[in-house]
Formats: sequence, structure tokens, C-alpha cells
Amino acid sequence: MKILYPEKIKFLEKKANEIRQLIIESLSISGSGHTAGSLGMADIFTYLYFHGLNHNPEKPDWPERDRLILSNGHICPVLYATLALAGYFPVAEMRKLRKFKSGLQGHPERGALPGIETTSGPLGSGLSQAIGMALADKLDNGPTSERFFYCLLSDGELNEGNSWEAIMLAGREGFHNLIAIVDRNNIQIDGYTEDVMPLEPLADKWRAFNWQVIEINGHNFEEIHEAIGLAKSVFGRPTVIIAHTIPGKGVLDFERRFDWHGKAPDKKESKKALKELRSFGGNLDEE
Amino acid sequence: MSRNFLNPKISLNPDVFSLRVKYEETREGFGRGLLQAGRDDKRVVALTADLASSTKTDYFAEEFPERFFEMGVAEQNMAGVSSGLAAMNKVPFIASFAVFSPGRNWEQIRTTICLNNQNVKIIGFHAGVATGPDGATHQALEDLALMRVLPNIIVISPADSLEAEKATLAAARIKKPVYLRFFREKSPIITTPETRFIIGKANLLWQGEEPQVSIISTGITVFQALLAAKKLWVEEKISVQVFNFHTIKPLDTQVLDLAARTGAVVVTEDHQKAGGLGGAIAEYYTQKKPTLMEFVGLNDEFGQTGQAVQLLEHYGLDSNGIITAVKRALKRKN
Ligand SMILES: [Mg+2]
Repeated sequence: MKILYPEKIKFLEKKANEIRQLIIESLSISGSGHTAGSLGMADIFTYLYFHGLNHNPEKPDWPERDRLILSNGHICPVLYATLALAGYFPVAEMRKLRKFKSGLQGHPERGALPGIETTSGPLGSGLSQAIGMALADKLDNGPTSERFFYCLLSDGELNEGNSWEAIMLAGREGFHNLIAIVDRNNIQIDGYTEDVMPLEPLADKWRAFNWQVIEINGHNFEEIHEAIGLAKSVFGRPTVIIAHTIPGKGVLDFERRFDWHGKAPDKKESKKALKELRSFGGNLDEE
Repeated sequence: MSRNFLNPKISLNPDVFSLRVKYEETREGFGRGLLQAGRDDKRVVALTADLASSTKTDYFAEEFPERFFEMGVAEQNMAGVSSGLAAMNKVPFIASFAVFSPGRNWEQIRTTICLNNQNVKIIGFHAGVATGPDGATHQALEDLALMRVLPNIIVISPADSLEAEKATLAAARIKKPVYLRFFREKSPIITTPETRFIIGKANLLWQGEEPQVSIISTGITVFQALLAAKKLWVEEKISVQVFNFHTIKPLDTQVLDLAARTGAVVVTEDHQKAGGLGGAIAEYYTQKKPTLMEFVGLNDEFGQTGQAVQLLEHYGLDSNGIITAVKRALKRKN
């Protein structure tokens, strides 16, 4: 694993900020889409695509690449923005989010854009697909394969029975190279997760299915880095990283508000948000 | 012995109408086909949801234990896992009862296999009332409808165990999602190893002279249609032609155009009348070649417990039921 130097953390922080700006810009142009979850996961996406993943934007189909499966496809603005800034496709394409005949479909579609591993959106089936990939990899490369399979899930989709079917199977298989990351932002469409359908004690649930569980602050690059390192070092057990995130992170007006789950900012809201982001919440002094 | 009108060009079983005819379950054909597909191509893998022996995936599992994945009773997960396997260049066959797969996991099949366009083979067993004593809960009567409305997928419903074997091998070779439908009851072997099986190409089985009605059949009803054709000719000198539509999607429209020339078409299937083979053909005819049609199938009702033979008779899916439908068609035609 690459060392995460302080300069790299600074770089990642700036990159995450760019990604958030791109998310806001594209959402305000499209007029619809999911804002809160996209902003909340920007730091984790940044870490993965700009430090953690073994991938090559110039060769999106390179067979040896790590796989990243986005199960909760509705937060695709963060995936698209990250892929664009990582060089998978021109950043200008972001203007076409959710537009007719665009590769940036409302929910991700495999084949529509380079770097999209699976079609997703309907909740609860992403982990199953990541497991299928890990099974194939185990068959071809044995139990010490160095290819990693990341699956990003929302906390809301843990209401789905299919999620737990997959969690049970992965526990049985004991994949060393499967890393699930749960966006624990405590919101889902109808409200706070603990009101809609309580998930706690969530870590215990995963542990009971034979997973290694790591809880982190999903906005702290050092914690993300350390958790991925721990996940990779444990043998014979899949790892879930329960990443506590703030929905809408980076824009004060959007933070922690479930009504921002499924809507896009209008012109005025976006202008204000972008101003806030460009000045790093008013803390930008060095540039 | 009266004249036999079996199509001589496709080497059908000459014993099909005799008491010597061999009976076999379609799942036996699948089990053999899957094993052979596994020997031919090491990318082939098999998954089941706690039904290894009922689906005859156990033949494959015995020879290729490392390529066999037991999913437990979790069909939704099985669909997603197979999509992931296919994404890594495997050729997964997922086997369960049709009411559960594609019944329970339809959305996962839609999104992760069909829209995602992954090379997965969905194998649904115990289709139709011919499932028998297990009763209505386990008799899939809607699976053809569920599968044929999905883009990208091929839908196949073999008529006997040999055809099941060939369909399995053909499914393994074509790089597309495929749904294979199998029925449980032992049935007479209509075809021979030499009978052609081409996805999307229907076979003419019985070619009466100057046929007055075309019977288009699939699955377990194909044999019943042959019996009906023979009886109609021997007892009443009513001449028909019988086609085996083993492929429901894509439809063989060339053969449909040919069949329409009789001016009356009877479609038979162990499935709801709504949405199955009959529905598919009606969609074609109403748009391209309006043709008088009669449907043999379940009439917006569920099945029940009983022996397959009793149920086929009760729901009018046996040769007598088909004869009645042919006569209805003739009456409307004339
Ligand atoms: Mg959430």
C-alpha cells in the first residue's frame, strides 16, 4: 500500500473539494439528482480513485484492475465527477448529467461511460455482484489474489433482504479481498434511518455474519487510509468499513438534512454552495 | 396402421407414438448438458439455491466441485452473484424452481443481468401445472411472461430431455442472457440426437396434407399436440400441422408467416394464456399478419395439487383439450 504523506492528504482535500464543486455544478444544470449522499461520499471516492485503487483511467478495461461496485447507484454524481477528474472522460461531459442520450444516465449504466463496472440503482444487489466477481477471482487466482473488490453501499439499502443474503454468503466465503464500505449517514428517503427502520447495533450485525468491522469518520483521509490498510491485512475474512459521514458534507445549508437526499440545488442555492466550497468554507487563506 | 405425418427431414423419434417410447425428465437432459458444457468450456460455472439434486446441477458439482457454488435459499443473491461472475468472464448457470427464479428475483435479473447485459443462464425448473403434487405455489405459470418482456434475453422452453440437453449446450455457447424453462414430469422423447436445434428456429414436427389448422406448441404440450394431430387425422380426417416453438424469444416469424397460411392457429403451453407464447405470437400476428387464433393454457387461474396427467386434462392442456381448441378454431374459420 502506498504511504499517505501529509502532502498527499492536502492534495486529496483539494481534489475532494473540486469533486464537490463539480457535483453541485452538474446537479444544478441537470435540475434533478441526489445531492446529500453524493457530497457525503466525496472524500471516500477521492481517496479510492486518487490513492487507494489499483486502476488505470487510460485503460478502463484493464483486467488486473481493482473493481469498485457502487451499489447505491443514486449517488452517481460523485462517481461521475470523480471518474471525470481522474481522467476517465472529459470533465465537460459533466454538463450532460441526466440529459437525453447522455452517457451520464440518471443511475449508472455499464457501457454508457468508461469506468462504470455495473448497472446499479435498485438497492441491495451491488454486494452480490461484488461477491460474484470475488468468487471468479478466487477461482482464477487463488486465495492470495492481490486484486481487491470494493463495494460501496448506503445505510438505507441495508433494509433490503438481498443485502443480508449477500453479507451471509461473503461471511461464509471469507474473502480476504472484499471490502464493503457503508455510507453511514443516518438518512434515507423517508427520514432518519433509526426512525424508518433501525439498523443499530449495525457493527454487531456485520460481526455476527463473520465480517471484520471497522468504524471510521468518512471525512478523515488518515482514518480511511488506515481502515483500508487494516482490511487488506486481515486474512480469511471480508471487511466492512462503516464510514460515518455527514450527508451534504461541505455545504452548510445541505448538511445533515434528509430533504436533500433526492433533490438538486437550484441556481441560487448552487451559487451559494459553490462560493462556500471555493473558499473552503471561508478558511481559504493561502491561495 | 394409418399414415404417419412426422416430418422426415428432422429425424424425429420413430417410436414417439408407440408404447416403447422412452420417457425422461427434462432436468436429466439439463444435467447432462451442463456437465458437457462444463467439460467443453472451463468458464462455465453453476449455482443453485439449495436445490442441487432437484435441478440436477449435482452432476456438474461432482465433476467440477470448485466451479459449483451453493447459494443457500437466496435466489435474489444468486442472480446478483451470477452477474458478478459473468462480469469476470465466467459463464454462470443459475438453477432453481421457476417460481423462485425468475419469480422471486425478477428485479435482480432485470437490472443486474438484462440491463447490465451479462452472460448469465437462468434455469427455471418445475414450470407449469405438470409440476403436479407440489401444488399451485410451486407451479410456475407466469415465467415466460416475466422473462420475455425483458430486453437482451433469449427465452427457451424445450419439449423433451434431448432438446433440453441441446438447449443447455446452445445456451452455454451464445454470449447473451438466456432463460431456460424446464418441466418436472417425465415425458416421451420426441426428438433424436440428430434432430436439429437452433435457437430461434422452430421445428415443423407434423405435416398433415393440406393442413386446415396450425398448432404451435412449446414444452410439455408439444407431445400432446402430436397426439392430438394423430387422433384428429385418424378419427376425423382433420389435417393439421404441428410446430415446436422451443424458442419463445426471439420468435421464428418466418415460420409464423408459414403457419398463418392455414388461416387458423392454435397455440398450446403449460402457462397462463396471458403473456406467454400465445401472447407473443398474437403480438406478432396482430401487427403483421392478422390471423385467427385459439389459446390453450391456464385461464387466469392458479393450478392445484394432483398428478400431472390429471392436471393437464383438467386445464385442457392434454390432447383432448387441444382437439377441442382445434375444432373451435375450425368453426370460427369456416
Ligand atoms: Mg443513507
